[in-house]
Amino acid sequence: MNTWHEVTTLEEIPPLGARVVTTKQGDIALFRTAEDEVFALLDRCPHKGGHLSQGIVFGKKVTCPLHSWNICLDDGNAVAPDVGCTRSYPVKVENNVVYLSLA
Amino acid sequence: MKKMKLVMVGNGMAGVRTLEELLKLAPDLYDITVFGAEPYPNYNRIMLSPVLAGEQGIQDIILNDIDWYKQNNITLHLNKKIVRIARKNKVVVAEDGTEAKYDRLLLATGSSSFILPVPGKELAGVVGYRDIQDTNAMIAAAEKYKHAVVIGGGLLGLEAANGLALRGMDVTVVHLMSWLMERQLDDNSAQMLQSALQAKGLKFLLEQQTQELIGDGHGRVKSIRFKDGSEIPADLVVMAVGIRPNVALAEEAGIYCNRGIVVSDTMQTYDPSIYAVGECVSHRGTAYGLVAPLFDMAKVCANHLARMGIAYYQGSVTSTKLKVTGVDLFSAGNFTGGNETNQIVMHDVTGGKYKKLVLNNNTLVGAVMYGDTKDSSWYFQMIRDGKNVAEIRDQLIFGQSHLGNAGSQGQNLAATMTNAMEVCGCNGVCKGTIVKAIKEKGLFTLEDVRKHTKASASCGSCTGLVEQILASTVGGAYAPQATTVKPLCDCTSHSHEEVRKAIREEKLISIPQTMTFLNWNTTNGCAKCRPALNYYLLCAWPHEAKDDPQSRFINERANANIQKDGTFSVVPRMYGGITTPQQLRRIADVAEKYNVPTVKVTGGQRIDLLGVKKADLPKIWADLDMPSGYAYAKALRTVKTCVGSEWCRFGVQDSTQMGIDIERAFDHMWMPHKFKVAVSGCPRNCAESGIKDVGIIGVESGWEIYVAGNGGIKTVVAQFLVKVKTRDEVMEYTGAFAQLYREEAHYLDRTVHYVERVGLDHVKKHVVENAANRKALYARLLDALQGATNPWSKENINAREFESLTI
Repeated sequence: MNTWHEVTTLEEIPPLGARVVTTKQGDIALFRTAEDEVFALLDRCPHKGGHLSQGIVFGKKVTCPLHSWNICLDDGNAVAPDVGCTRSYPVKVENNVVYLSLA
Repeated sequence: MKKMKLVMVGNGMAGVRTLEELLKLAPDLYDITVFGAEPYPNYNRIMLSPVLAGEQGIQDIILNDIDWYKQNNITLHLNKKIVRIARKNKVVVAEDGTEAKYDRLLLATGSSSFILPVPGKELAGVVGYRDIQDTNAMIAAAEKYKHAVVIGGGLLGLEAANGLALRGMDVTVVHLMSWLMERQLDDNSAQMLQSALQAKGLKFLLEQQTQELIGDGHGRVKSIRFKDGSEIPADLVVMAVGIRPNVALAEEAGIYCNRGIVVSDTMQTYDPSIYAVGECVSHRGTAYGLVAPLFDMAKVCANHLARMGIAYYQGSVTSTKLKVTGVDLFSAGNFTGGNETNQIVMHDVTGGKYKKLVLNNNTLVGAVMYGDTKDSSWYFQMIRDGKNVAEIRDQLIFGQSHLGNAGSQGQNLAATMTNAMEVCGCNGVCKGTIVKAIKEKGLFTLEDVRKHTKASASCGSCTGLVEQILASTVGGAYAPQATTVKPLCDCTSHSHEEVRKAIREEKLISIPQTMTFLNWNTTNGCAKCRPALNYYLLCAWPHEAKDDPQSRFINERANANIQKDGTFSVVPRMYGGITTPQQLRRIADVAEKYNVPTVKVTGGQRIDLLGVKKADLPKIWADLDMPSGYAYAKALRTVKTCVGSEWCRFGVQDSTQMGIDIERAFDHMWMPHKFKVAVSGCPRNCAESGIKDVGIIGVESGWEIYVAGNGGIKTVVAQFLVKVKTRDEVMEYTGAFAQLYREEAHYLDRTVHYVERVGLDHVKKHVVENAANRKALYARLLDALQGATNPWSKENINAREFESLTI
């Protein structure tokens, strides 16, 4: 069973932007796309650990600020030809409230 | 809606590249069917020579395997030659009776070897050199027989001869003309090439015309006889005298052909439902036999098939590089010259080096190089760009100086490097890795190589080396894109100039508006185009366009410089490098209060607090009570000064005050890239004005202004712009130059790149010679800076950016 944690409201995440959530499992980045979809990834690029929350968000991807790897927001996979994956977390938005699961 | 049907006849490089481009633009527009006469999926035809030479196998040169067709839902018919196009019913029919209906037909039938019409041409052992089948026949012959004759001393013929010699055959090249590769080389370079190949064991018979091929009585060729009656043994004859576009199918269907299927600039044939690309077409009277132009055609054709309808093909300048190991040879453009042209030649006979540049007025139109081809990409780029070289004409022949380029151990000759040697110092990529990626992944462009290997993707100083490696690996298939038409990024086909023009002329003031107007093919761009667009909008409409923080790199969003561990650095402004005990005390207090691990003096004479947590930034700024030093931004960084006439016994001008004035006046100025200024109070130049974007040097009678210097990756000395008398003139000229750069440079070009592109004369014309224009530029800059405020001040801080959430 997923335990959903209430984190914030949708408005608190800028469109095409991100917020950092501090958790016991480390920092998690919450991303919001132009279509108001929200995704959660561990805030570490699979390449050299860059903070993905600080990157530029476009489509359903984010560009790491350190060496410009592109990471898919939905599954945490690096876009080819780069290879790597960062952990993704279940997230849902209900009535504008964003819930995160650490499962 | 029912999808349209696209049928492609021919399964070669040009056609499949067109499909790839089309799938990028409009993945769901068509049901695609492909007919290939060969039993193989699309392979890299230019790599047949390494296969023949035994350096690679056939599986290595497959570009799109069967799975690729499946993944893209393309119906693939191999081994099926199309024999008829029924244009009325829009149906194509294959040899075995297979039919396919089309709404759009793409002809990519390629070309065949021209077989000399001499007696004996049908004997066994007589082959062309065009496909895998020919190559296999040659490899098989090399195992059984001794004597090979290659007819034709052109590019393909020489590569075939080299490959057969490597497989142990005794090879003679027969050529009709008096020197080899007469379409690519002049007599001098051809002579050098011939000597080099002779040293490898090849034999040559020049100015010989084939009379007939003589059989051995069992249907196989035995010897070749020439017009002069002489005869030499030949167990294998390779015809490499030229190619003929495959037009029979189109001609039979009544499509207009004239030494190729005639197409317009949109790659459309005379039948509007039928397009054609590749070696089978004739465009503006030219049929191309090299790969590079085919890719340009593919892009244009895909653009029209995708119903975007904006691209057009205007022909290509081609270049040649022979893929014979150990021979360095390059030619491009018009190298034979003519009445309108003149030449610059350097010929070192003993050193085995030859270089000829052909110029028309002051534009480079052609080049031939033998022995030393390290500058080939540089010359080729200038030929393609039609760049005016008047300013550098006297040094042109010596090539692009790579002196001072950091990060590649001073290497500038790719050919002499071993596979283990490092090419890209930033990303630690060695030559072998690059060559392997090019061959195995089928890469053709610099961008491809950057994506796959990261070589030259960071600082770019090794770009020249990577281009050389690419050019010598893929040969004539490599063509740098003309810089003027290079798209801004993968999201658009528009160049930087076109985008800026649209923003200015259509008064576009937001990123979504710009993307819609210019038909961006992504919904919200990428990390390349969004920062560029944000800058272009702010530059064109400083008071109307709204800044979009989400389209800025993190440094400009957080107003601090991100470090490798995710912490930030803070550099407060100290105008002209002048500070006070009070400021220093505050900085010290802040460093202690927030446990700042490192305090460092920067190269630009400021103080840097490193290792600051993001959440502490707003608090530190408030405690410092100093303005942002913009050390993180594409903006005016610092104005470095020397002590000047106030204290220095040599000083003749008050450089410190001048530096303070400039830094204050041009503070908050967004630019295409960082912008550094220095002011020295005398020609001893202690502020190092010679390597700054604008360097100012005080002299007895006034100030000298230098521009476009660079102290970074590529050390470039700034060029003299003008000498002026007064402080106000220094401000006006500096401001006007900055504004010209702001308005015309591509995003992320430093002034050194910008001035290299447009030429110093262009800058002088706008900033020095035309006073009214200078004043207008300066006025536009001052207007843009109106009302700009310190990004560290409380009202400018977006708290959300710095606070994290918790659960």
